[in-house]
Amino acid sequence: MTDAVLEIRGLNVDYGLGDDAVHAIRDVDLTLHRGEVLGLAGESGSGKSTLAYGLTRLLPPPGVITGGEVLYHPDGGDPVDVLRMDHATLRKFRWAETAIVFQGAMNSLNPVHRISTQLTDVIKAHDPRSTSASRLARARELLHLVGISADRLDSYPHQLSGGMRQRVMIGMALALEPKVVIMDEPTTALDVVVQRQILRQLVELRERLGFSVVFITHDLSLLVEFSDRIAIMYGGRIVEEAASADLYRDPLHPYSHGLLNSFPALRGPKRELTGIPGSPPDLRAMPAGCAFHPRCPHAMERCGVEVPVLGVPGDRPGPADRTVACWLHPVQDNGL
Amino acid sequence: MTVVPTTGTATPVAAPVKRRRLRFVANPKATTGLVILGFFALIAVVGPWIAPYDPSGRSSDLLQGPSAAHWFGTTHLGQDIFSQVVVGTRSVIVVGFVAGIVATILSILVGVTSGYLAGAGSEVLSALSNVFLVLPALPLMIIITSTLPETGTLTIALVIGLTSWAWGARVLRAQTLSLRGRDYVEAARATGEKTWRIILFEILPNLTAVIASGFVGTVIFAVTLEITLAFIGIGAGSDWNWGTVLYWAQSQQALAQGAWWWFVPAGLAIALLGTALSLVNFGIDEFVSPRLRGGGKSNVKTADGHTVRMRVGFTPVLATKTRSEGRETP
Amino acid sequence: MSYLLKRIAFYLFTAWAAITINFFIPRVIPGDPVQALITRSRGQMTSEAVQSLYVLFGLDKDASLVEQYVDYLGQLLRGDLGLSFAHFPSPVTQVLGDGLPWTLGLVGITTVLGFLIGTALGTGIGWRRGSWADALIPVTTFVSSIPYFWLGLIAIALLTGPDSFFPASGAYDNGLVPNPDLEFIGSVVRHGILPAFTILISSMAGWILSMRNMMVTVASEDYVTVAHAKGLSDRRVMVSYAARNALLPNVSGFALSLGFIVGGTLLVEIVFSYPGLGLQLYQAVGAKDYPLMQGIFLIITLSVLLANFLADVAYLALDPRTRREG
Repeated sequence: MTDAVLEIRGLNVDYGLGDDAVHAIRDVDLTLHRGEVLGLAGESGSGKSTLAYGLTRLLPPPGVITGGEVLYHPDGGDPVDVLRMDHATLRKFRWAETAIVFQGAMNSLNPVHRISTQLTDVIKAHDPRSTSASRLARARELLHLVGISADRLDSYPHQLSGGMRQRVMIGMALALEPKVVIMDEPTTALDVVVQRQILRQLVELRERLGFSVVFITHDLSLLVEFSDRIAIMYGGRIVEEAASADLYRDPLHPYSHGLLNSFPALRGPKRELTGIPGSPPDLRAMPAGCAFHPRCPHAMERCGVEVPVLGVPGDRPGPADRTVACWLHPVQDNGL
Repeated sequence: MTVVPTTGTATPVAAPVKRRRLRFVANPKATTGLVILGFFALIAVVGPWIAPYDPSGRSSDLLQGPSAAHWFGTTHLGQDIFSQVVVGTRSVIVVGFVAGIVATILSILVGVTSGYLAGAGSEVLSALSNVFLVLPALPLMIIITSTLPETGTLTIALVIGLTSWAWGARVLRAQTLSLRGRDYVEAARATGEKTWRIILFEILPNLTAVIASGFVGTVIFAVTLEITLAFIGIGAGSDWNWGTVLYWAQSQQALAQGAWWWFVPAGLAIALLGTALSLVNFGIDEFVSPRLRGGGKSNVKTADGHTVRMRVGFTPVLATKTRSEGRETP
Repeated sequence: MSYLLKRIAFYLFTAWAAITINFFIPRVIPGDPVQALITRSRGQMTSEAVQSLYVLFGLDKDASLVEQYVDYLGQLLRGDLGLSFAHFPSPVTQVLGDGLPWTLGLVGITTVLGFLIGTALGTGIGWRRGSWADALIPVTTFVSSIPYFWLGLIAIALLTGPDSFFPASGAYDNGLVPNPDLEFIGSVVRHGILPAFTILISSMAGWILSMRNMMVTVASEDYVTVAHAKGLSDRRVMVSYAARNALLPNVSGFALSLGFIVGGTLLVEIVFSYPGLGLQLYQAVGAKDYPLMQGIFLIITLSVLLANFLADVAYLALDPRTRREG
């Protein structure tokens, strides 16, 4: 196993303050290793996007981070906690180390500036001494990287198609050669053909440039295909984390099982699409115990009382690097 | 104020209509505005009975400053200014609301029709409202009213109403255009629903907030215009309104004589009424687009005692301890 | 370019509509106030002047409406707006020529300046949402509800007087002859400060409020979050991403409310006895000088349309989406 590049420990995120606060993320632990694609899946409201924005501190008000650490491990240096940075440090850190490709490709580009301006201003902000010619050359290179011809530099966002805009965003994310790229539903708004083109290109770029990816989507079948490991979120917590092959073959948490059966698999044997009955929990009124138990076909008495702890399942011993939070698969006592 | 997550990450809970309505009334801006508005409406109704003097009645107290007998002082003819302002409220409120209602009805007719119906008719209506929008209102009103044989309160109200519908029509047209493409409207059309039924039951209910805010905006506009016209001597015949008071103050050189009490009360009343109406409109705006709502507390204390302002782009970090104990069960 | 052509066509159409309204109003409204005035000043007017007023106000009952309209348009094209009664025997065009420069100078400069300053302040307040600057909002709401002319009255009451630096009325000292010399210009500036500030303060308030709301709305757009994520400086995010986009609706709002603002500013001229079109309009209303009223309506409408067109050009330059180039 490769070493960690981003480590999230005990992250808690609230919307609002005091008694009105909604706990959107609860005690999340997650590790992103160097060069891997980590998938983050869950229904809307599960907290997966909040997690992505939270770890870069981009949550809009009234979002607040109420605890935890986000450790970034630079090459051969001591880890730094993103949550402890002051604004100036954070500004320098952003995009240089972790870049983000946002959900709505349509709205991520500033409509009134040319593509060239938006590609070069980030370089200028992080390297004020660069010449404008060198920045422009880099912008041209970035467009080339994502398969867009350089004469598009002078275009405005509204002159590009949705797929092109998302490519520009991916190119922009790579401008400063970050170690981590976070992708929040980067292809949801695009049609299936464009979606797959872009994802294939992304995999290729990652192999060439060696960055790590946190890939967020509600489409688990997409993750099974494109990511190395998958973490499943429900009600603000991670309920299962495993290598994608393991998760696909043998999902332990009933919710993961349900999610897998909600989408048609792109490859492999056909499954029956069943979906999950019920709707995601209201974060303002979370059920006691395991948040999933009201919808769970295997719910036991214990599920409504105690929150299951995320850990290595006792009934799946061995080297498999996987964790689950479910009373059906209680955590090994001695394994930690 | 309850804090609602504004990102799509938390499931939006469809609030029942009743609760949403209550939330509008619970909006402090809207409430303040409505209370002030209610106060003026009350004065408008009972004004002539509670006024201590006949607003036109002369007395021997010429150009007196505020006193116990004359709260707002007197004019050069010894008229009681307090009574003039109180009695004049009715004309102001009547013009505001009559003009507002007339203009709102016209703007709904023109705006919704031109938004819902496609084709040349729609374009003509749209061009018509744009023409009325760019014509400077005050000079237009002046040449219309100056040629009218009679300029009482109601005439002024009607003329203002008939000329100031264009803004509302423009906004409503844009809204209707976007509503027309919505799934449920398309569905209603596909099932052969009659056009007037679609407009009445599918389109109009979704325009309520826009119509309300357009109405309030027109009332502000109409009140200002009436007072302005009265100030330059149009419609200053028989009915008292706040503009008439200012007209006499100006034409009798109240300023040069140091009679500040002659124009200060009426001006403050105008500003107060305008503020109240604006507050109601802010309430509507915030009701419609939650982004504008103040997020309640906007400053938070971090673990190390600093106070951080909540802002876009830099999420505050309250504590950096690794684990939050005692939160396992909600 | 087609956008610009469309706008030009629209303004030409609106100008025509304004002229036509001007033609019809005295004809559909009962009573012949102009006839009465002509009768009163009979003997002092040349027959040509009387004829010109007959054409303008439709007193020539023998001609058909179409003939009247053609005559009317022809007379307008020759620049003949009739004689002013209040400034008898000056033609209306000459009276307008006296007033227009003052109005253009005062109203033109202050309206644009008020928009620019108000927008800049609104940008700051909207960006620093939740800070002390929010306390300015109720104040600006109140100020924006005050009629321009009343604020002018207050300014005169508080700031002018026998010993004050600020004169209470006029555009320059009575003793001076309009000359481009230092003394005259100084006098003009001194007379202009109070009316200008009155207009600035009242017109600014509205722009502060609308720009503040637009900034708050735009601040949660994705591209602003992206700008933050890119680690751009706060200034760059605020100006080049948030304000640059929030400005667009404000500019179109500016174009649309010009007609309204100009109405308000004309009133300030009345209060300060500033010799522009507003004061002339006020005097014309008092003297029932219908030809002058109509002339002022026309010239103000045409100026507003021109200003609107300029605002459209500015919008075109600011929003690439209105440019169709491929």
